[in-house]
Amino acid sequence: MIKLKVNGKNQQFDGDPDMPLLWYLRDEIDLKGTKFGCGMSLCGACTVHLNGRPVRSCSTPVSMAANKSATTIEGLSTDGTHPVQVAWQELDVPQCGYCQAGQIMSACALLAKTPKPTDAEIDTAMNGNLCRCGTYLRIRAAIHKAAELSASKAATKPAAKTPRASASPAKGSQK
Amino acid sequence: MKTNLNRRSFLQVTALAGGGFMLGLYPKAAALAQGPQQAPLVPTDFISIAPNGTVTLTSRNTEIGQNIYNTLPMLIAEELDVDWKDVRVVRPDAHPRYGNQFTGGSSGTPGNWDAMRQIGAAGRHMLIAAAANTWGVAAAECSTASGRVHHKASNRSLGYGELAAKAATMPTPDLRSLKLKDSKDYKIIGKSTVSVEAKDIVTGKPIFGIDVKVPGMLYAVMQRTPVLGGKAVSANLDAIKAMKGVKAAFIIEGRPLASDYPNYLFQDPGFESGVAIVADSWWAAQSAREKLEVKWEAGKWGTQDSAENAKKAVELSKQTPMRTLRKDGDVDPVFSRASAPNDGIKAVEAQYSIPFIAHGTMEPQNCTAHFKDGKLEIWSTSQIPQPGRTAVAQLLKLPESDVTVHMVRGGGGFGRRAYNDIMLDAAWISKQVNAPVKLLWSREDDMQHDYYRCGGFQFMKGAVDSAGKLVAWHDHFVAYGEGNNFAHDGGFQPGEFPARFVPNYRVQSSVMGLGLKTGALRAPYSNSTAWVIQSFIDELAHAAGKDPVQFRLDLLAGTPLPLGQREQGLDAARMTGVIKLVAEKSGWGKRTLPKGTALGVAFHFSHRGYFAEVAEVTVAANKKIKVNKVWVAADVGSQIINPSSAETQVQGAVIDGLSEMMQEITLKNGAVVQSNYHQHPWLKMSQAPPIEVHFLKTNNPPTGLGEPALPPILPAVCNAIFSATGERIRTMPMTKQGFSFA
Repeated sequence: MIKLKVNGKNQQFDGDPDMPLLWYLRDEIDLKGTKFGCGMSLCGACTVHLNGRPVRSCSTPVSMAANKSATTIEGLSTDGTHPVQVAWQELDVPQCGYCQAGQIMSACALLAKTPKPTDAEIDTAMNGNLCRCGTYLRIRAAIHKAAELSASKAATKPAAKTPRASASPAKGSQK
Repeated sequence: MKTNLNRRSFLQVTALAGGGFMLGLYPKAAALAQGPQQAPLVPTDFISIAPNGTVTLTSRNTEIGQNIYNTLPMLIAEELDVDWKDVRVVRPDAHPRYGNQFTGGSSGTPGNWDAMRQIGAAGRHMLIAAAANTWGVAAAECSTASGRVHHKASNRSLGYGELAAKAATMPTPDLRSLKLKDSKDYKIIGKSTVSVEAKDIVTGKPIFGIDVKVPGMLYAVMQRTPVLGGKAVSANLDAIKAMKGVKAAFIIEGRPLASDYPNYLFQDPGFESGVAIVADSWWAAQSAREKLEVKWEAGKWGTQDSAENAKKAVELSKQTPMRTLRKDGDVDPVFSRASAPNDGIKAVEAQYSIPFIAHGTMEPQNCTAHFKDGKLEIWSTSQIPQPGRTAVAQLLKLPESDVTVHMVRGGGGFGRRAYNDIMLDAAWISKQVNAPVKLLWSREDDMQHDYYRCGGFQFMKGAVDSAGKLVAWHDHFVAYGEGNNFAHDGGFQPGEFPARFVPNYRVQSSVMGLGLKTGALRAPYSNSTAWVIQSFIDELAHAAGKDPVQFRLDLLAGTPLPLGQREQGLDAARMTGVIKLVAEKSGWGKRTLPKGTALGVAFHFSHRGYFAEVAEVTVAANKKIKVNKVWVAADVGSQIINPSSAETQVQGAVIDGLSEMMQEITLKNGAVVQSNYHQHPWLKMSQAPPIEVHFLKTNNPPTGLGEPALPPILPAVCNAIFSATGERIRTMPMTKQGFSFA
């Protein structure tokens, strides 16, 4: 029995421990926000956080998540109010949108460590996330924007809780 | 899913479809997509208004990242005269009642510009009629704004929500008589709107094909024949069926394509042989597949090899071409003079090689099908769902009315989802197991069973005279196909520039066999042709000792020869406009650049769009290239509907085009060699240059831009590399000549 936390909620799994975390999230607990792109850690579409660090869930067995805390796109906020989600909407980043959950999770991991990243720092952190539509220019701009939003939020609410990423439970059910 | 919103219909009018447009290079597809009948569009299928004034609009095309869920509703909302904030957007099912639901050929804008504005105007007309009737005043005295009808003289107004029921009883307007807004009065068209699904995307809502879930659904994988036309003879099915979670495993015999070079892959995408594994989770099915052992019969293409094809192309280039596609004047005497001394004619010869490339949509192909009680329900990301519905009905021998196809957002299309092969597979598998099934391909399946951008070889010869004028152009296009048939989307458009602008011009072709499905990839045909033509024009400009921009402007200044039947050609004035604009914006000829850095220019006309692009490129000693900046000038008519998505479509097209410079699909023993993104890469963020986009608005109907923005970038970069290094890239991918992105 594997025990783990996903978006703050306790979960148990007694299936195949070699099942990639991606398929556990998508098909076992119905969190469809995390996407399957390549199955080989080549595209980053499946990026989630494990104990706050970005991992490629397509190549991470669910057993490696045992006793850890995973955060998915659904865990940032369900209403799109996380600063990165806000910036992504304001700058109209997505085209097809398929890679964007992975992009956003990588961006959040970057901003958690580097609150005010340079272009070069952004490129380094984001180079493992492919966007087949080519939204890179807006992603870069949106990360700068999110950094600004977070900074102004921190200035107005100095006691804001961190990490925000695991604050709210997931709602994975379909409309 | 957003498919089944309960609608409150309020209009009972009929409208003429805005059809009658021709898709640039997809005439057959367009005809198919329009279907055999041309029933008029009904506004109730597109507009519904709730009593509280919320307006729900249907976007009839598939959303694959081109932002059509905004574009089409924006057109309706503008003429309906409602505020964008009050608009909700829903996706329809695939059905002829929506008219043309073809998503491709950058046809979304030209195919809907009139039709969707008329739908909105019809709604507004009937709402005004309802208000006028209620107040006992003339309709002409009423006006509308923000979802309300006003009668200024009596200072009365009613909201659309209050009028909806009565509006349904009002007479049907003649759409052609409706006066559409003057562009200066636009409140929505021309203003940037954020993607209506942006919030769903950033919060991870299950809106994509891969996210579809049906109660009791099983998951399927399919191991298809690695060689086109091959067959699964036998497999260790009993062992597979015994594996954990596996519910069924069986051979699909498939059905051979009607011909090796079918023109109608849109209609009949082929139904290939393979082995299906159905399990209670996708991971279980995929894990079982690792133990699958299949005995294949390769068929006649089992020895096909890309290196052999390249050799054969060179042999064919030395033989008399099989067909002449267009001929003006006579090139041969001009080339003869080039070998005579002191005649001032300079000839240039070059061979260009175009690889096959894959679509690689980020969302791998998938489809969910539910066969139940003799009826079929499908959830699909198809770009042409109506022909898919027809093909599925034919395969399963069902009346089309018993097949429902729900249209779901696709994670990228680029032309791949214009082929409904996965829909056929999913439907077949669901029927076999009599349960709802989601068939999902792995990345490897996706890359190895594509409808690839067709490769080919162009053997070019051109000549300039002593004044630096282009006087002869010859192109022997060695392609794939048989007889007079090119492989699907692997042909040549004989009116292609510089046809008509060179006095002595000849394009000929020869074909060789191909056992690989080919198809439309973003700016099909143009994405390779523009690279060859605009690179070779550059070669001739340098041979003539002319500035590459000036050489192109001089060419376009000539009086064009007439177009042949079914040929398409550019309007020289419009192209000249964008070339001049991009030269100005990029500082062409006005900036001093460091050694190893240069500008390159190229232009191309496709899908009705005029695009000229300049790339500034730095090449390091190790042939690592960095694209420092790209300038794009575009003329897609009088109006940019949504500036935000227009800009990002163009930037995406440029980045896509740069990626193509690294890509190649090859065949060995009849099968595709490349399997995942490491062997067929896309540009990374650090390699993406700043891209400045300028629209030149001209007095022409608005047209699309997702595709025509792509073709010029490849030659623009290659022309810059030549200027920086003196080396001409004539073989793609550029890695074959040692170049790569830094």
